[in-house]
Amino acid sequence: MADYASLTGLNVVTGFLGSGKTTLLQGLLRSPRLRDTAVLINEFGEVGLDHQLLQHVSETTLLLDNGCLCCAVRGDLQEALRDLLSQRSRGTIPYFSRVVIETSGLADPVPIAYTLLADPVIQHHFRLGNIVATVDAVSAGHTLDNYPESVKQIAVADRLILTKVDMADAQEVSSLCARLRRLNGSAPILQLAPGAAPDDGLLLDDIYRHEGKAREIDNWLRASGPDADGPLGHEHGSDVHSFTVRVDRPLDWTAFGIWLTMLLNRHGENILRVKGLLNVVDVATPVLINGVQHIVHPPSHLDVWPDDDRRSRLIFIVRGLDEAKIRASLDVFNALANPDVQARLSGRVPVDVGDR
Amino acid sequence: MCSLCGIIGGRDHWTDSAASPAAFSSRQQRHTWHRERQTRTRLLNAVLRPYGLSLKDWSGNAYILRGRTGQTAIINNLGELWAEAERLSRRDCDPLDPALLATLSQRGN
Repeated sequence: MADYASLTGLNVVTGFLGSGKTTLLQGLLRSPRLRDTAVLINEFGEVGLDHQLLQHVSETTLLLDNGCLCCAVRGDLQEALRDLLSQRSRGTIPYFSRVVIETSGLADPVPIAYTLLADPVIQHHFRLGNIVATVDAVSAGHTLDNYPESVKQIAVADRLILTKVDMADAQEVSSLCARLRRLNGSAPILQLAPGAAPDDGLLLDDIYRHEGKAREIDNWLRASGPDADGPLGHEHGSDVHSFTVRVDRPLDWTAFGIWLTMLLNRHGENILRVKGLLNVVDVATPVLINGVQHIVHPPSHLDVWPDDDRRSRLIFIVRGLDEAKIRASLDVFNALANPDVQARLSGRVPVDVGDR
Repeated sequence: MCSLCGIIGGRDHWTDSAASPAAFSSRQQRHTWHRERQTRTRLLNAVLRPYGLSLKDWSGNAYILRGRTGQTAIINNLGELWAEAERLSRRDCDPLDPALLATLSQRGN
């Protein structure tokens, strides 16, 4: 497979109905640096988009036989991306170096990520960029209370964009920000002033681009807090919360892979995001992992440690999962890889594990 | 697919460090793909044993998962393993299960 970072980035702009997705996109596409962007939209809203590479897709989702809702292939997206690739290689459309998909207001963004990794053609040409979620500062409180779709959109996002702030009460905006922070501690909250040009780094800077990597890690570390393990916040009335697990002992990469694949297989529906800055045994620089529900993207790395702390840090955004259990489980799996233990692994110890 | 034995080659998976060489470029000791598979197989057998399952590396291309009754499944990578392990063992393979962790801890301490 080609270097993951060199693949064409696909960014997702999501957000509840009327939260300003198209307005944001309209502002972003005015940036000269984003001129070579192909845009896929699910629904034509009131705000018109005038862009030379604009295509409408119908948001059809194919649920796999054994999959949960997040492990669904977006058939429309699959077809649209293959079509874009084909046209790009034949030169029948202007060259594009990134794609943005604007979801419908009720859409779950996760099947988009799944589609990128599940399709054998697409996985060699596209990678996931940032998931940007717009949040209407006036009505978000009501929306979050009543529509679980909006909670999910916020929980899986890499950036949260507050819109209509000028129409909202300052106190309400402040409490909304606190609420968003509890749902997703690692996504920066940015305000979009009316008429102002949004920062094109929203689409250009992500964890896989050399230029944006350090800034992204700063966001993660800021979210993970300065000190001990623990919750980053808990949303009242919702099971969604985020926390950071710090591990003192370097992680064995093989044991970590076994643990995380096993955890995501059983609990992936409730692990909305996992991001990690890992100290891996025998690897001098930090290894970065980035997952959305059952999907984990290929690991990348930082050239240097961002600070003096050499502990591994894993940021989880989960629904109803116990932080202490996750930490204890990781410790046990990591201990299995200890060389002394590996020498004893041929021993057989009977055990009962719970039946279904 | 290998033209000699007909084994379908496994797809890259994020857990295979060889599939992401840049991420592991600062490795200090010599590391081989073969050794990683050996270690993975050994660790997986420790985790799978409580479920009555065992795993063998199949020519470096795939893994064979075997249940107590002799049922087998061919898997390409860890992304495919756990669903098959649950199917063959008819149990939930849950890394948060206290009984599993207690057993693994006996080996890990």
